[in-house]
Amino acid sequence: QVALLDIDICGPSIPKMMGLEGEQVHQSGSGWSPVYVEENLGVMSVGFLLSSPDDAVIWRGPKKNGLIKQFLRDVDWGEIDYLVVDTPPGTSDEHLSVVQYLSAAHIDGAVIITTPQEVSLQDVRKEINFCHKVKLPIIGVVENMSGFICPKCKNESQIFPPTTGGAEKMCENLNVSLLGKVPLDPQIGKSCDKGQSFLSEAPESPATSSYRNIIQRIQEYCDQRHFQEEKII
Amino acid sequence: ERSNLAGVRHILLVLSGKGGVGKSTISTELALSLRHSGKKVGILDVDLCGPSIPRMFRMQDSDVHQCDSGWVPVFVDQDKSISLMSIGFLLEKPDDAVVWRGPKKNALIKQFVADVAWGDLDFLIVDTPPGTSDEHISTVEALRPYKPLGAILVTTPQAVAVGDVRRELTFCKKTGLRVLGIVENMSGFICPHCSECTNIFSKGGGEELAKYAGVPFLGCVPLDPQLSQSLEEGRDFIQEFPKSSAFSALAQITQQILDGTSQRSS
Repeated sequence: QVALLDIDICGPSIPKMMGLEGEQVHQSGSGWSPVYVEENLGVMSVGFLLSSPDDAVIWRGPKKNGLIKQFLRDVDWGEIDYLVVDTPPGTSDEHLSVVQYLSAAHIDGAVIITTPQEVSLQDVRKEINFCHKVKLPIIGVVENMSGFICPKCKNESQIFPPTTGGAEKMCENLNVSLLGKVPLDPQIGKSCDKGQSFLSEAPESPATSSYRNIIQRIQEYCDQRHFQEEKII
Repeated sequence: ERSNLAGVRHILLVLSGKGGVGKSTISTELALSLRHSGKKVGILDVDLCGPSIPRMFRMQDSDVHQCDSGWVPVFVDQDKSISLMSIGFLLEKPDDAVVWRGPKKNALIKQFVADVAWGDLDFLIVDTPPGTSDEHISTVEALRPYKPLGAILVTTPQAVAVGDVRRELTFCKKTGLRVLGIVENMSGFICPHCSECTNIFSKGGGEELAKYAGVPFLGCVPLDPQLSQSLEEGRDFIQEFPKSSAFSALAQITQQILDGTSQRSS
């Protein structure tokens, strides 16, 4: 049973990617209902609260924090196995607030996404430092857009060149796990634009096996943590 | 007392709704192109959490000094044709995270707009983080008295990116910021081995959005590994790779900006 919470208040992409554009949030006695993609996948995003795709959420920090609090407090998720929180780029209000508000619930950890080039790694090192500062465990790093294989000649190109060793070197230096690398596949963008599951549409893609391996490693991490916590209890 | 922006002829913001689409890249290449057209350019980097500009000019180890009128911007070379200001120059260590809430970010942005002694510039390019929040509201408010030329919006072609950039257009409308045009970045990849073009991030979304919103479409910039490499190494792509696939697109965007400014003055 999975819940996906989109706290990118200014740029909520999740509704579109899940094929849920235009859906609205319903209120009941027990709070806000998530919008369900399937019986076992519920989604919440500010995108569902906007009436037009042109509506901009031009809010300063405190107002964004208020909505995030509501999302965490008032959404009736029911019993869930995983709450996945998608965040905007940065190390600011949204990130501080979600860590603060979830502190009592014991966050398993953060998955940090980067692309291979130094311009990206530079920012990701700051994100890793943010996690250390707020005592957020790091499950690991994913190197996205890692290489492209030309569909015609099958040669590989490094469109975002790992000039400083990519995520692999960074993870070594900072002692965090590299969960995996996901190659560029034009079908990923297409599926997201259509709101369909890339994993179902392109089961043979090398990107699909990358995703699946990464997800498995995340599940193993969470299972281990759960096991350790139970031992302590 | 003369304001620090009094000598700046044109102020241009580079915006996007979405992260990772190439705002800092476009800001950098625009500055390099304008320099090659003989202009003096400054870049103000108001991305406080993820400041990319210093590295793109190989200036990441530079420090900022004070003078009587405020902060001295960092000059990229001896002829002082490009100058930079970024929080990146103020960090003790490059990996230090700036974990600030809105009010603290707003205070620094106000300082960045008022207290950098730019001197005389043809163009001040303001590079922003993704979104429509504190940094954007504060930057536009602080720049309002200086009547910015307008904003360039950067998107990648796919609908998920365009969906956020639509909101950025609304931000511009609501804050009275003129939209100079939309750039569709990462638009197609030409394989260096066989020249096959693949639309890795789809194609056309930026152009469609420009049409829908009634704003100029400035052009498509393709994915170009030589461009990525240049940015990694802080090199001058415009000077070094004039035959590269991204060069003509970037040159055309610059020309449209220059044409726009000459129209405005006449």
